[in-house]
Amino acid sequence: MTITQILFGVFAGLACVSAIAVVLVDNVVRMAFWLVMALGAMAGLFLLLHADFLAASQLLIYAGGTVVILIFGVMLTATGPFASLKSSAGQTVPGLSVSGLLIAMLVSTIAAVPWTGLGKAVGRSPASLDQGVMRQGDLAAAMADSDETREAVMAVTDNWQNRVEVGRSTAPLGLALMGLRPDRDLIAGNKPSTLSPGYLLPFEIISIHLLVVLVAAGYLARAKRPRATEEVHIVTAGSSVTPKEHRIDAATSESADG
Amino acid sequence: MAKPPIKGWTGLAPGIGVKGRLVSLSTVLAAQTLYDVFKELPVPFWGPLGSLGAFFAAAGLHAALLIALFGILPLFYIWLERKVSARIQDRLGPTRVGGRFGWLQTLADGIKLIQKEDLAPDVADRWLFGIAPFLAVAASFTALVAIPFADGWVAAQSNCGLFLVLAILSLEVIGIILAGYSSGSKWALFGAMREAAQMVSYEIPLALSALIPVVVVGSLDFADLVAAQQGPFWNWLFFRDPFTCLSFFIFFTAATASVKRAPFDLAEAESELVAGFHTEYSGLRWSFFFLAEYASMFTVSALAVLLYFGGWSTGLNLEPISVAGTGFTVEGYLLNLIGCVVFIVKACVLVTVQMWVRWTLPRLRIDQVMTTCLKYLVPISCVLLFAAALWPLMLLKVLNRTQLFPRSTVAAVIPNEVLTPEPKLNVITIDPRQLAPTPESEGPQ
Amino acid sequence: MDGVGLEAYLIVGAILFGCGFACLLVKRNAIAILMGVELLLNGANLNFLAFARFTSLGLDGQVIGLFVIVLAAAEAAVALAIALNFYNNHLSIDVDSAKELKD
Repeated sequence: MTITQILFGVFAGLACVSAIAVVLVDNVVRMAFWLVMALGAMAGLFLLLHADFLAASQLLIYAGGTVVILIFGVMLTATGPFASLKSSAGQTVPGLSVSGLLIAMLVSTIAAVPWTGLGKAVGRSPASLDQGVMRQGDLAAAMADSDETREAVMAVTDNWQNRVEVGRSTAPLGLALMGLRPDRDLIAGNKPSTLSPGYLLPFEIISIHLLVVLVAAGYLARAKRPRATEEVHIVTAGSSVTPKEHRIDAATSESADG
Repeated sequence: MAKPPIKGWTGLAPGIGVKGRLVSLSTVLAAQTLYDVFKELPVPFWGPLGSLGAFFAAAGLHAALLIALFGILPLFYIWLERKVSARIQDRLGPTRVGGRFGWLQTLADGIKLIQKEDLAPDVADRWLFGIAPFLAVAASFTALVAIPFADGWVAAQSNCGLFLVLAILSLEVIGIILAGYSSGSKWALFGAMREAAQMVSYEIPLALSALIPVVVVGSLDFADLVAAQQGPFWNWLFFRDPFTCLSFFIFFTAATASVKRAPFDLAEAESELVAGFHTEYSGLRWSFFFLAEYASMFTVSALAVLLYFGGWSTGLNLEPISVAGTGFTVEGYLLNLIGCVVFIVKACVLVTVQMWVRWTLPRLRIDQVMTTCLKYLVPISCVLLFAAALWPLMLLKVLNRTQLFPRSTVAAVIPNEVLTPEPKLNVITIDPRQLAPTPESEGPQ
Repeated sequence: MDGVGLEAYLIVGAILFGCGFACLLVKRNAIAILMGVELLLNGANLNFLAFARFTSLGLDGQVIGLFVIVLAAAEAAVALAIALNFYNNHLSIDVDSAKELKD
């Protein structure tokens, strides 16, 4: 038993149990609770996979943001206290059995594929991964000319890839989103003729996408438009003054006064 | 923090065999993490712990230290809140329990709360009602995990520590929303809805303003953030340029709101909602919400200290002492100890400011709270972020350097600034101790 | 690597995916279905990250995982807005009541 195995067991067990509980529980808010548990356990698994930044994003965006908004939605749409919509057995039994079959199929496929063939392309043993791991300032280290830091220069070129391996992936992730791939291009002894492509365009697209979603969600969720315009219509029909006309009246009267 | 494990100490134990006791002592002293210590240190009558035992021992010790802090700080803060509020209202506050200053007042409160009956309304969703306070406490406790108290004194060193702390802090709101919803009471539900709306909104200016020091320093890692602020106190980011200075106020306002302190405590506004989300709670479960609230106050204040006020840096330029030696040095250890105390005192000062604000300003209305956030704090923090990114470029054009005041540096800490003639946008600090390999990337540090 | 292989993560991902799929099929509450979608995306995301760790996919897997998280948040926001609109029109978020186009 290694530490990783124990932690994996805890997080994986919590994730699976919570995910199953999400399916089986009827009350929506209890579902949200189990969803938070599942998402939190997934963040733990992300940490085990050395994806610190993704784990933090998962907690901030999913568990702290999305689930809160979902519960907010439940509160806004609840017709009674603790309302739960029960599905009929005619829906539940086929649904559960189909998804059970799906899980069985996926698991059997996973068991059947020889994953060892997908090993690391770049030949580096796990033991060497922990060598030469540094934080901020690796490239600056290369510029310094004392003997000790000079020794580190060779490690620096390989370092960017190592950072990804050992969970210090925040800076490489950010650079990849800016279109730079030091983890690909800065490998010792490897002189690429062209630089690897980054993710600048997807990053820009997703930014625009988020803006569009922001506007769209705000527009969709606002109070119903037809009723508001109807009211204005009725008011004008009843020969009373709408705000716009009122303003015009005020302006004209002012100019008349002047 | 990485330090070369053996390098600094081989000189001290020359000629002694690898199996010698002195070598083992030196490895223990030079160890970077508690995990390394426990892996090397033989326990009496037991022998070495092995990697698994060392992991659990280190994790347990870290957790015990944090739980001690988590328990003691709220005890102190609740007493402090009583005293501060009393002074502001021209009263004396607690004077009887535990001597002249009422030191033990919080303990008496705690004993009273434990004795109270644990009530739950008939219409409550009892299971969620019971579990919600624990969620809030667990989230606010877990946020302490990634906060460093001194150079290398952190339970879990992470490459994106700041982001992790903000993320975990944002989970506290789920416990509060579930508490409000499961109480089966209108007041509690309104409180929870307000809390949900407020938290989701205030996270944006909080994160945006926290991003400004991150942009200036170029790292999400607390160790780098503090390393960039070491030296005399005018190196602190608060004094660095006008935009980091202003962003502190945005950060502190948003942080106050995100831990639902007055004037943003709409979720428990007693003039409108009885007691908001904890209306139906009593006894120990009720006190858990306050434990979480006061611990979160400390956490956000600690974040502000780490981001703007130099973290554990004393501001007296003592750091060169610790830089001299690699590995374990007595001076370095003492400096860490002083730094830890300085850090907690700085955070406590900011907590006191939060209390001061609470007892000075009247509570806002809910629409004013949302207006403050969405119409003022978010645009201001966006502008500040933009300006903070452009500021060094502007200075470079006008003054031909990237900082308003040249940073007083210690050559041993930042050789590259001295060595490279071209101006750098981000000050990358090199610490010789960081150049060594980190032995265990997964273990607790 | 550390005694936990790629298969273990993939199986956890598969179970989460299956549970999310079951939520989509079984639940009638629109918000519950949204939660199912979140589980589904998380199961897929775990696969990306597991492949990023254990194969030469490397950083690309993490970048895609980040995109998935961001898109899932966007999807939740829009879907919730739709659910609120639906509630305004039908006074219920039972997805079975959305059958005006059929009738």
